[in-house]
Amino acid sequence: MEADITLRVNRETRWLTVDTRTTLLDALRDRLGVTGPKKGCDHGQCGACTILLGGRRVNSCLALAVQHDGGEITTVEGLADGPDLHPLQRSFVRHDGFQCGYCTPGQLCSAVGMLAEARAGWPSAVTADQEGPVGPGPVALSEAEIKERMSGNLCRCGAYAAIVPAIAEVAR
Amino acid sequence: MTQTRARLTARAMGTPLDRLDGTAKVTGTARYAYEQPFAEPAHLHPVQATVAAGRVTGIDTAAAEAVPGVLAVLTHRNAPRLAGTGDAELAILQDDRVAFRGQLVGGVVATTTETARYAAGLVRLTYDEQPHDVELRADRDDLYAPESVNGGYATDTAQGDVEAALAAAPVTVDRTYTTAMCHNNPMEPHTTVAVWADGALTLYDSTQGVYAVRAAVAPLFGLDAEQVRVVSPHVGGGFGSKGTAHAHVVLASMAALVLPGRAVKLALTRQQLFFLAGYRTPTVQHIRLGADLDGRLDAISVDAVSQTSRIKEFAEQTAVAARMMYAAPNRRTTHRLARLDVPVPSWMRAPGECPGMFAAEVAMDELADACGLDPVELRVRNEPAADPETGRPFSSRNLVACLREGARRIGWERRHPAPRSRREDGALVGLGVAASVYPVFWMPGSSARIRAGADGRYTVSIGAADLGTGTWTALTQIAADALDVSVERVDLRIGDTAFPRATVAGGSSGMTCWGSAVVHAAEELRDRYGHEPPEGAEATGDTGENPDTERYAMYAFGAQFAEVRVDADTGEVRVPRLVGVFAAGRIINPKTARSQLRGGMTMGLSMALHEHSYMDAQLGQVANHDLAEYHIAAHADIGSLDVSWIDEDDPHVNPMGSKGIGEIGIVGTAAAIANAAHNATGVRVRDLPITLDAFLA
Ligand code: FES
Ligand code: FES
Repeated sequence: MEADITLRVNRETRWLTVDTRTTLLDALRDRLGVTGPKKGCDHGQCGACTILLGGRRVNSCLALAVQHDGGEITTVEGLADGPDLHPLQRSFVRHDGFQCGYCTPGQLCSAVGMLAEARAGWPSAVTADQEGPVGPGPVALSEAEIKERMSGNLCRCGAYAAIVPAIAEVAR
Repeated sequence: MTQTRARLTARAMGTPLDRLDGTAKVTGTARYAYEQPFAEPAHLHPVQATVAAGRVTGIDTAAAEAVPGVLAVLTHRNAPRLAGTGDAELAILQDDRVAFRGQLVGGVVATTTETARYAAGLVRLTYDEQPHDVELRADRDDLYAPESVNGGYATDTAQGDVEAALAAAPVTVDRTYTTAMCHNNPMEPHTTVAVWADGALTLYDSTQGVYAVRAAVAPLFGLDAEQVRVVSPHVGGGFGSKGTAHAHVVLASMAALVLPGRAVKLALTRQQLFFLAGYRTPTVQHIRLGADLDGRLDAISVDAVSQTSRIKEFAEQTAVAARMMYAAPNRRTTHRLARLDVPVPSWMRAPGECPGMFAAEVAMDELADACGLDPVELRVRNEPAADPETGRPFSSRNLVACLREGARRIGWERRHPAPRSRREDGALVGLGVAASVYPVFWMPGSSARIRAGADGRYTVSIGAADLGTGTWTALTQIAADALDVSVERVDLRIGDTAFPRATVAGGSSGMTCWGSAVVHAAEELRDRYGHEPPEGAEATGDTGENPDTERYAMYAFGAQFAEVRVDADTGEVRVPRLVGVFAAGRIINPKTARSQLRGGMTMGLSMALHEHSYMDAQLGQVANHDLAEYHIAAHADIGSLDVSWIDEDDPHVNPMGSKGIGEIGIVGTAAAIANAAHNATGVRVRDLPITLDAFLA
């Protein structure tokens, strides 16, 4: 079965026809040619497909496109402001926060979403272990917080030790 | 014959240049194999065998063919006949035999991925299922000795009289160690886009070597090499699993042949990788060491057992590191294989050295214990003056310097020799050490072409690969120094058989082989045209020969130190610190090199604590074949990672003075962690991965 939907992808309206089985990830990659989001597992196990949907990070392989008609999507291609890279993008390059780059679009989108979550005061599994008061207001992002909150984004090249400082620098 | 005339002076080399492909990768514009744009591509989904041994007796494709949008259903009954079937891993769909569960037995091509996948599920196969045998044990009575082991090494070696030396030795270690089956799992699953048009096959492939793929595929289809073009500018990791063509490339090519003019896209699923893309064999290693009371080794014996598949032999060179690592007059090593109904094992980051040095370096820790010696000191005492096996001098060997520097960095003096001496916040804390080693391989057969452009620019072309290894950047730096220009004036082009031949990105040999070719091409260009060549001037150069490879033993060395905390109540193992110090010749780009070494150590930690492909003996398949159940290290698993190297000047290895760094980082990490866990708890873990149950007995 097919359905006609619209998606706002990186501030642009796109009309497309999708199979109702089509994931948001495949809609982006196969139907719209937006290949920034990567497919690492197709099962929500790796984070390579992470995009921002309505400003929140999601694994796009776990979302059906037809459920998100009218959705507002930002992929890694939409993070930069024209030729000016997003501070996280610059920081990843400077810290060499990747090797093959295949997990990178997911790491970047995830980091953008994660910073917003922390600013909004969302706790993580390690928040209670951190020093200082826990309560309403932004959560300070210690290294442990960043690692915990980013652990849904696997990197087989093992760039974690560079990704965390790259994010920490921007979080400051 | 090309030989290097002079060593290259480092100007760009040695500088921490940001990755030249960095912007493309952080903006999502770097295109990987699957992402090549094509109008109306077809999509291919594989059909895999659901028995581990037997024959296909019945095929019903009617339901699949009836699905709207299905373009073709391939099985052994209708697939194109291959011209060469010598490589049984690649010779798929040629007959009814099934050699392992998950083997490719068909494929469905359709207009969309959803349709192809759905229809593939409708292909009905019936089998004459035979009993299968997938269990590796060292006491099997059908183990055999291969002709040689991976890398062309001798299967067995013997020097002196090991048995007599062991019998006479006042201190001995006699233990068996095992390492688990592991899967490479690059983040980008293997993908191939195949197009057959005008009598030529074009493959956009996720590979470590475009020429290796061409060499595998062209003869299978009876094509001349020139009729096959392979393109692969960006690769999402490989770690060995993309070093050789696997069967899916053949399936995609077959589908393209059946649908001329149309691009056929095949992206293996994560689950399929566990059957179709190679893996690290499990190993069982019996190690015996004999030493005097001062820890000086008199005998080293390693018997390594691993598995191979029924249809294609792969013999992991598990024991080779023990042949050259430490001095001892009496030594023997053997390799034996069990031929099983399992997928074809292959290269995974430092095949041989990685599992071999786990066992050997834990055994060394046990020897230090038995002698009451500091483990660093034990290794220093057993430093050989020359390669113990061949007698050749080392071109450079700075293991001791690495050990000393690593000890300083981790604060080794704080280590209590007696286990269970340090307890902090409910955890037992310990320190451990292990040595690392990886050979410097010289593989002839690469060439590079340099063309002078306008405005003093140069285009350097070579069919090399960047899997995240940093080739785009480091090879540009080498070219800049070879041409004596700034890096901004060099345009590198790689990842395409349209460029001159290059060897595979494997064996940590890329920079040595491709870099030498680039240097020789630059020498040729300058010889012919001087420093201001006319636009369009061109020269090529080959890797050539390095006579020093016959005179010297060439290896990179390293020392890895781990701090491990084992929760006293739960047995949970954490690694808050890893320190790696390496001696790997000239480091061409400190920034990307650090990432390479760190990545290796991270994968080593992952191997130590997480990675285990569980072979289900009943089903004959890896049970945990996805990333939810096959665990790899995540952000929260990694503590502080301190990577450094010592200045090493090696005039023999190649014109750059560089050794490979892609693999050495994973060698020894798991042993350092196991040794630290022993120092923390007194429990000696000899089987990987190290899981909490070991500490709760
Ligand atoms: S591809 Fe979506 S989580 Fe892995
Ligand atoms: S950079 Fe390769 S997987 Fe993260």
